[in-house]
Amino acid sequence: MSQDDVPQEGLFFDMLRNRRVELEISRRYEDGEMRCPVHLSVGQEAISAGVCRAMKVGDQLVSTHRAHAHYLSKGGDLKRMLAEFHGKATGCCGGRGGSMHIFDRDAGMLLSLPIVASSIPVAVGAALAMKQAQTHSVAVVIFGDAAVEEGVFHEATNFAALKQLPVVFVCENNLFSVYTHLNDRQPDLPLQRLGAAHGIRSLTADGNDVEAVYRLTTEAFERARAGGGPSLLVFDTYRWLEHCGPGYDNDIGYRTEEEFQVWKARDPIERTRQKLFALGLLDEGSEAGLNAQIDQEIAEAFDFALESPLPTSSEFQIYA
Amino acid sequence: MISAAEAIREATEQCLSADDRVYMMGQGVADPKGVFGTTLGLAQRFGSERVFETPVAENGMTGVAIGSALMGRRPIMVHQRVDFAMLALEQLLNNGAKMHFVTNGEHKVPLVVRLIIGRGWGQGPEHSQVLETVFASAPGLKVIMPSTPYDAKGMLIAAVEDDNPVIILEHRWLHAVIGHVPQEMYRAPLSGQNRMRVGDDVTIVASSFAVLEAMEAADLMAECGVQADLFDLRAVRPLDLTAIFESVRRTGRLIVVDTGWKMFGLGAEIVAQVTEQGFQHLRAPPIRLGLPDYPTPSSRGLVGAFYPSSQGVVEAVGRLSPEWIPRLRPAIDTIQTRRAKLPVDAPNPAFRGPF
Repeated sequence: MSQDDVPQEGLFFDMLRNRRVELEISRRYEDGEMRCPVHLSVGQEAISAGVCRAMKVGDQLVSTHRAHAHYLSKGGDLKRMLAEFHGKATGCCGGRGGSMHIFDRDAGMLLSLPIVASSIPVAVGAALAMKQAQTHSVAVVIFGDAAVEEGVFHEATNFAALKQLPVVFVCENNLFSVYTHLNDRQPDLPLQRLGAAHGIRSLTADGNDVEAVYRLTTEAFERARAGGGPSLLVFDTYRWLEHCGPGYDNDIGYRTEEEFQVWKARDPIERTRQKLFALGLLDEGSEAGLNAQIDQEIAEAFDFALESPLPTSSEFQIYA
Repeated sequence: MISAAEAIREATEQCLSADDRVYMMGQGVADPKGVFGTTLGLAQRFGSERVFETPVAENGMTGVAIGSALMGRRPIMVHQRVDFAMLALEQLLNNGAKMHFVTNGEHKVPLVVRLIIGRGWGQGPEHSQVLETVFASAPGLKVIMPSTPYDAKGMLIAAVEDDNPVIILEHRWLHAVIGHVPQEMYRAPLSGQNRMRVGDDVTIVASSFAVLEAMEAADLMAECGVQADLFDLRAVRPLDLTAIFESVRRTGRLIVVDTGWKMFGLGAEIVAQVTEQGFQHLRAPPIRLGLPDYPTPSSRGLVGAFYPSSQGVVEAVGRLSPEWIPRLRPAIDTIQTRRAKLPVDAPNPAFRGPF
């Protein structure tokens, strides 16, 4: 892939939009209008942007509890997402899902699920359906570092390898499961070995380098689309804010301010920003324009969410 | 006239023929035994893309089935015992049961899961569980327990054509039961009961293999002048008890015969609903029959008293109406004479297991 094939400005825009959306959710959370848990992706934007920009129409994305950035990068509707967080009838699940169940058929967001690793075999099933229907699409599942500790990760990767299914497993390693560090959960060995153990091509790249994420995923998707089977991609990154909720929590004792500062210095957005400035693809004027454009979209989406009605139905159809 | 096992095989074959989105997977579906004969020859006919063995990974493969169903495929999963499917509860209860609801009706999960209930021949505590209420407790699942070859075929076809996840609890001892099964591809409804016998003296609601026990009891009681209104429950969820409410209004007496545990069992829900709906019609406290409050023992020395029997049903009727006890004596004598010739741990004297 040449430098020209990487959509630098698009990747930057996606990351910037996700960052500003998440920070606005954080800022407004105290208002008490978003009455559901929120799992913010601040600091992890390179993975959602890089992975989703590499996907095509017809590809399906499956995500986790930390799904906001994945959904938006995949082409999700910000208004419907925020409306869902506000519990409104106009939300992407009509107020039935909240922030941990994001679904959007039009955007190719098959589902997001809050139970760790529960989504992984579902993505493999989507890939099986694609293979059966010969659609040449790809199923992509993004999950955290704790998901590989679950049995279904191994069950799903084994089956995907056995049937050479068009699925790409993306591990977003942010080092923590809630407050528990990777070192307290797994032996000190590379995560990608777990894919290799199942005969799956397993690669890793800097998860705060959006271009590296984009290149690796693009190649893995092309391979899967061509019948070359699944890949496991491991991207190391860091969650800046608390596991669940709007604030910083470096002070409560499970990690240090120093560690956070090390990762903050690797801010994926700032790195790309500097690159774009150096390449002449961005300047202070155009950056201010992007910020203003995004902030206007965010403000309108919050207005939409706040003005939308709460769902009122007391009759639930549990069967199709 | 064919067996329920043959009826299940025929239904599956017709579903695979009728719709190329239907596929079947599970441990044993393509092996030489073909899940007690219920899947024999299908892999050969439809190929390994449509009928295939799976890794031993119940939860993962259930997730795979659900994911494919969300994308429009129509999987049939088979587990040789209910007990193994406990590993798949996370996917079934979290994702299978909820995706239609949580996506505000957008997603559909057209999934069928066949689960076989073991009994006898020393199956022991983890090859014999029924666990119908585990599945029935989840809104969004459909749960059925066919007891006749006609329903075994017709309900399976209806389940495959249904857009919801359907759990089929299939009793191993019912596989051999012979009955009338039309050759064509017909559907039997996934809700409502079959009225197996008509009477005005006592309402009996039985499920799965217990239906056979209750039928023997009902027929012998009829010869003694006590007429049972006997229902084969068939469908556990959705649970429409309208016909049973009507029956209890006439008989004033209710016995529920479960194939699973009595404690927190199906009977508890049925008795609760009948009591809520028509307490004033009851002439006596309802009686629940089911498995006692301990796991299934393996030894044939221990299983004789474990399972609800036709004799137990007749005795329960006697408890509801003590004045009938002398009249019912011949029914109990007949059952005891018949059972003395039968093994307690096998569906018939010729049965040699091993599974």
